[in-house]
Amino acid sequence: MAPLAPRTGDAIFANVERVNAELFTLTYGAIVRQLLTDLEEVEEVNKELDQMGYNIGVRLIDEFLAKSNVSRCVDFKETANVIAKVGFKMFLGVTASVTNWDAEGTTCSLVLEDNPLVDFVELPDTCQGLHYCNILSGVIRGALEMVSMKTEVAWVRDMLHGDDAYELQVKLVKQVPEEYPYKEDD
Amino acid sequence: MQFFGGSSVAEIAPSPAAPPGTATGLAGNNANMLYIFNRSGVCLLYREWHRPLHTLDPQQDQKLMFGLLFSLRSFTAKMDPTSVDKGNLGVPLLPGQGCSFYSFRTNTYKLSFMECPSGIKIILVTHPKTGDMREPLRYIYNIYVEYVIKNPLYVHGSPIKCELFNTNLDQYVKTLV
Repeated sequence: MAPLAPRTGDAIFANVERVNAELFTLTYGAIVRQLLTDLEEVEEVNKELDQMGYNIGVRLIDEFLAKSNVSRCVDFKETANVIAKVGFKMFLGVTASVTNWDAEGTTCSLVLEDNPLVDFVELPDTCQGLHYCNILSGVIRGALEMVSMKTEVAWVRDMLHGDDAYELQVKLVKQVPEEYPYKEDD
Repeated sequence: MQFFGGSSVAEIAPSPAAPPGTATGLAGNNANMLYIFNRSGVCLLYREWHRPLHTLDPQQDQKLMFGLLFSLRSFTAKMDPTSVDKGNLGVPLLPGQGCSFYSFRTNTYKLSFMECPSGIKIILVTHPKTGDMREPLRYIYNIYVEYVIKNPLYVHGSPIKCELFNTNLDQYVKTLV
């Protein structure tokens, strides 16, 4: 009946509409540049990027579910794998790897070797605290919240700060099941 | 708690299934109604093509529909003879968890249901001879993503007022057998 969920995002990536990678990178760069001019404080810009990412994430999840046809993930491990292999591939064209699982299986790291958002980017000395790709952490947080998982996402390694790869730590805080929304009985 | 208002209950006479193509709603439309709910029970869309008898006012009708499906899903998951976990009845479920309930059929209509892990529920009521509606429901979900989610003017979680979506939806539903 319904087609089997692909285990990698390659097939879907080939089918979705794509934009020029440079256009995407330069547009994102222009957004960050404008935010820095408007908000001036690096911390404020980080928060704003995260909020923007959150708003994107809550809408992105429906598109992801519709195009990738994955069924509900059984546990957080599967979720992380789906995000890294299918999600990132579908929307950014790169895959991430999942590492550093903790003992309970609620925290993991997504490692990106290649990140299209940061092509041609160098951080000046005045912006050393800036998490340039903070929009990604917001997107993951927003998308997971719409599938009933409250998470905390933070950057551990960032190539723009001198590290060798991009590492995002995703921590599952709790699973929030649906409550019957109509409280009054009339 | 009043479920049915007035005396309209007495007038529901079982009528034979309308053969495909002869529905008296919009020309050739075989579906009766469509509901789309989000995870908090807000009815995002209610479309009606062929519904000669209204028993409840729209608010009540939508609440009842949502409540029914919420409970049915919970019930079917708990009664599943093949599932391994033995949750207690009444424990809230995550969307998509447990076995998924697809449809129920009466002598006058068939109700098909699809729920996505993000909590969006799509309900389509058609005549009883309709086949498996899972593929069409997936397609409707795709239309929803294209015209509603990607619409920058749409406020997430509010009722859908997008003309383009309605037109595309009507066109697609017309093609369903």
